[in-house]
Amino acid sequence: MKKVFFSLKEAVINGAAGLTIFSILLGFIVGAVVLLLAGFNPIEAYGAIIRGIFSKPKYMSYVVIYSTPLIMTGLSVAFALRTGLFNIGAEGQFIVGSLTAAMVGYFVHLPMMLHVPLCILSAMAVSAAWGGIAGFIKARHGVHEVISTIMLNWIALYLLNWAVTIQSFGQRGTGKSHMIQQTARIDLFGQWKITPEGIDFIRSHKILGDILKSPVNTGIIFALVFAFLVWFILNRTTLGYELRAVGFNPHTAECSGINVNRSIITSMSIAGALAGAAGGLQVLGVSYRVAKLAAMEGYGFDGIAVSLIGNNTGPGSVFAGFLFGGLKYGGSKIQDAVGAPTEVINIVVGTIILFIAMPKLIQLLLRRGGRWK
Amino acid sequence: MIDITKKFGDVVANNHISLTIHKGEVHALLGENGAGKTTLMNVLYGLYRPTTGTIRINGKAVSIRSPNVAISNGIGMVHQHFMLVEPFSVTENIILGNEPTRAGGIVDMVSAEADVMRLSQEYGLSVDPKALIEDLSVGSQQRVEILKTLYRGAEILIFDEPTAVLTPQEIQELVTIIKNLTAAGKSVIIITHKLKEIKQIADFCTIIRRGEHIDTVEVDKVSEEELASMMVGRQVSFKVDKPEQQAGAAVLEIKNLRVVDKRGIAAVNGLNLQLKKGEILGIAGVDGNGQTELIEALTGLARVQAGSIQVNGQELANQTPGTIRTNHKVGHIPEDRQKRGLVFEFDVAENLILSSYNTSRFSTFFILLRAAIYSNAEKLIKLFDIRPANAKITAKSLSGGNQQKMIIAREVSSNPDILIAAQPTRGLDVGAIEYVHQTLVEQRNRGKAVLLISFELDEIMNVSDRIAVIYEGRIVGEIKAKEADEQQLGRLMAGCSL
Amino acid sequence: MEMIIRDIGFIIGTTLMYSTPLIYTSLGGVITERSGVVNIGLEGMMYFGAFVGAAVAYFTASPWLGLLCAALGGALFGLIHAVACVTFNAEQIVSGIAINFLGAGSALFISRLLFDGATQTLTIPNKMPLPLDFLFGEGRLFPSSGFMDLVFNRFATVYLAFFMVFVVWLVLYKTRIGMRVRAVGENPEAANTLGVSVIKIRYCAVILSGVFAGLGGAAMSIAVVSRFSNTLISGHGFIALAAMIFGKWKPQGAMLACLLFGAAKGFEIYLGSKGVPIPGDILAILPYLLTLIILVGFVGKTTAPGAVGKIFDKSGH
Repeated sequence: MKKVFFSLKEAVINGAAGLTIFSILLGFIVGAVVLLLAGFNPIEAYGAIIRGIFSKPKYMSYVVIYSTPLIMTGLSVAFALRTGLFNIGAEGQFIVGSLTAAMVGYFVHLPMMLHVPLCILSAMAVSAAWGGIAGFIKARHGVHEVISTIMLNWIALYLLNWAVTIQSFGQRGTGKSHMIQQTARIDLFGQWKITPEGIDFIRSHKILGDILKSPVNTGIIFALVFAFLVWFILNRTTLGYELRAVGFNPHTAECSGINVNRSIITSMSIAGALAGAAGGLQVLGVSYRVAKLAAMEGYGFDGIAVSLIGNNTGPGSVFAGFLFGGLKYGGSKIQDAVGAPTEVINIVVGTIILFIAMPKLIQLLLRRGGRWK
Repeated sequence: MIDITKKFGDVVANNHISLTIHKGEVHALLGENGAGKTTLMNVLYGLYRPTTGTIRINGKAVSIRSPNVAISNGIGMVHQHFMLVEPFSVTENIILGNEPTRAGGIVDMVSAEADVMRLSQEYGLSVDPKALIEDLSVGSQQRVEILKTLYRGAEILIFDEPTAVLTPQEIQELVTIIKNLTAAGKSVIIITHKLKEIKQIADFCTIIRRGEHIDTVEVDKVSEEELASMMVGRQVSFKVDKPEQQAGAAVLEIKNLRVVDKRGIAAVNGLNLQLKKGEILGIAGVDGNGQTELIEALTGLARVQAGSIQVNGQELANQTPGTIRTNHKVGHIPEDRQKRGLVFEFDVAENLILSSYNTSRFSTFFILLRAAIYSNAEKLIKLFDIRPANAKITAKSLSGGNQQKMIIAREVSSNPDILIAAQPTRGLDVGAIEYVHQTLVEQRNRGKAVLLISFELDEIMNVSDRIAVIYEGRIVGEIKAKEADEQQLGRLMAGCSL
Repeated sequence: MEMIIRDIGFIIGTTLMYSTPLIYTSLGGVITERSGVVNIGLEGMMYFGAFVGAAVAYFTASPWLGLLCAALGGALFGLIHAVACVTFNAEQIVSGIAINFLGAGSALFISRLLFDGATQTLTIPNKMPLPLDFLFGEGRLFPSSGFMDLVFNRFATVYLAFFMVFVVWLVLYKTRIGMRVRAVGENPEAANTLGVSVIKIRYCAVILSGVFAGLGGAAMSIAVVSRFSNTLISGHGFIALAAMIFGKWKPQGAMLACLLFGAAKGFEIYLGSKGVPIPGDILAILPYLLTLIILVGFVGKTTAPGAVGKIFDKSGH
């Protein structure tokens, strides 16, 4: 028994899961200290977050809706990172994907069974190209993907801002595009909700009705399917094998006959497609349109956090996506509940990532902690 | 140095070693790779703290906490891998950490360059103070390293494997330099495992084996054979048993090959070579004569500028590494196994399929066949005695010898017609070396062709059937191994004609 | 003719103003990366600096005090990054990402506490002074709103930025400490064997990069505009990072790259004010597109310091 416990402890100390769990714990502790210093009761504040997530079915539904794009961009970053590429460009790929989905959703008229897949696939295709550009110029010209994707992010942002000023696409003077067609939407019961029966249903069914008050949509199902696909491709296919080999050691990969340059392009394209799907799903399920951006929305940057907290794996991104989505939604409640700034969430998330970056420190802390016992 | 012990975790690198150096002497530290010579010197130079033990200089006990303290006590070190800042000039490298400055902390380059000139003339170390390190030859870079220590007023100079990367001429120059240094009253410590050099330069020799101090002897009073047996702890015979065998038809023909290195200089220039079935062809030569570029050209990692490489009559120049492996059946045990041979984070089973993951044995329709991959690993682990026998641990956690076994298992099991083995025993212990040699001979006995590239002349002479000597990018002589003698090969390797 | 000259003056002037925050921050990038530590957290440090600068300038009515405190604020996050990367061998990019969350999060957190729940500060009473203002206007050396006025009548932070480019160049390439910084960034093992403390040098460089990023943020919040808001920095730190790479890790190169980004902004504002029928958004794309094209076509393989991003472990294990 002692031995089992010992090996479990070793696994936690040396394993990625343990590192993540302790980092999350430390993140919340630091957050609590910050709240305390600012004169708030951290227990109350964290309580407000937990209530803000779990106290109503509607809230939980919102958390799912918040988490969906984060899981997707997290998958995007994670996928590229497994090939050793740092996809700061998820932000721009998200924007390009959302723009594409909004255009296909508005201009094309098709039955729903075709329209929705077409929107998502075209968003993925365009974003794959967007990500692929960064991969291509890295492979061919040695331009680091971090700098090229930063540039592509801004190009994407201004492209979208320009697109919504096009007369046939944008609503004049509002900085917003037209709404996509009903057939392109992936909301659940969106039309029915506003019929008399729908309204009756929402009134009479406490739990289901409450959930329906949020913009429920099928996006999360797509996200879970994509998470599975990412896991499957990376761990069960020759493509994933190649990409991981390149990520861990490009020299060995090359020497073994793997085409490193092609792998870089493929990986960035798939990462782009995932972030593009994130943007597409957001338009199809939540916003139904795109609007002029004054600044980066941060879905891509949050995706980096999600990926890192999730240890850069498919299942990990789902877990971290829900964690981050929950914190984002629940965290927005503490301003009203206890008056503490919502941004304590950013501090918590930043601290978690900081500790994840320092496995050496965590191991040191755990070892020392072990000795004290 | 008295009673020095250094432990890394549970590993004892130095176990109660004592060492005495007198003024003006050349003292050799002899031992196999990993015996603990370099660790001991790193302790002396303040890069490591000793776990126990004391160091006395001129009778005074000193605690060498850092290289700074070592330097101020007159200790200088010329590292095996040169510690030079490539984009910096010779002078900048020499003065780094000890820069003469004018007002406001501005570096006084003029006086620094004059100092460097003066020192280089004083000890016969010719270098251009303004040249950039990245443009210098290996020999010149070593001279910069020596100047670095002299600039700091070193009285004791430590040389870590100084001849490993030098040409025979450069080695002669180094011998002269060392004589100049001792004539000026400096003491020199040389870390080496080359017996001939010890006989040539050193006055005393301390032998270290597996972290233990074995003996300190006067070099004049012992023979090379005695030194060798003290070094390895037993009478060594590197002779490899192999049956007589007639080589078959040629499988690999290289004609007028030309390959340029990273700097754009033709490292392989007009090289001709033929490799036959059922033979081991050894390529002898000093490092840096085009071996690396030859291997890279053969495996598709470097561009062939001119000439042809034919395998069974088919051209493979400038094909991709993948095509060369699968279509032309060329296996490759890379020179640098950590950099090119393994994916450290992959487990053993994954590493064992690196060259065959996309064959029908291990995948169908892009899906990996995990059962086949792991049963393959179990089989190869048993066959090649890879330890620990666990297919699911990462390659990183294996010892160097077992990592090499893993690479050899992978390459041999893909059943290549030609096996290119580059420095296959570098850094391995004696047992692992024998194992590698046996495997190469087995390949040959099965009628395969083996190309062995090594800087160890003993290895080349004992394992090969035929020896080709490479010098400045071309083959300058071919000899049957049975008829070869070391003197003759040495002359060829130095570029002299027979 | 006079119109055209004035317009050119306007464009140059706005270019200088908008380049300034980028120049500070990218100088910070040059310093840290020259020592071998990647700092993708410049964005977060700049964000925090912008807030601290504006907040202090608001409460003390002194833009200089604001600038100083912004530098200190940036240094604080530089210190965190240094502890993580130098002492605990953190993945440098990951730590930088964390700094971005922490910098922005802390700025907004404190802003809400001090400014009544708002994610922006109030307008500062005194902006950065215009040190050459006495030269321009009625009866002075140059007429107001003339070419010279438009180009040279700029905030003190603008002049300081260009002076800093010179200082950083001088220190990096001509002094003892600069030589050591570059050596540590190229080959820390070599520097270590010569008794140069890799750890000390890297700590200093990373903290200094925070100082410069903080200055960059403040140059935005107390000179270009007169308050901090939550969208003020959005991505400028990343642009500065790109400018640093674009400028081949040299202070003067980074400065030129920053001027390019600033010039694009200058043109955008100029054309916007003239009502020229080129959509501003398309114009705004240009500098980013141009950077990409130049990187692909002319710069090619980047010439990063040899050891940038690599962990240096003194124990050798």
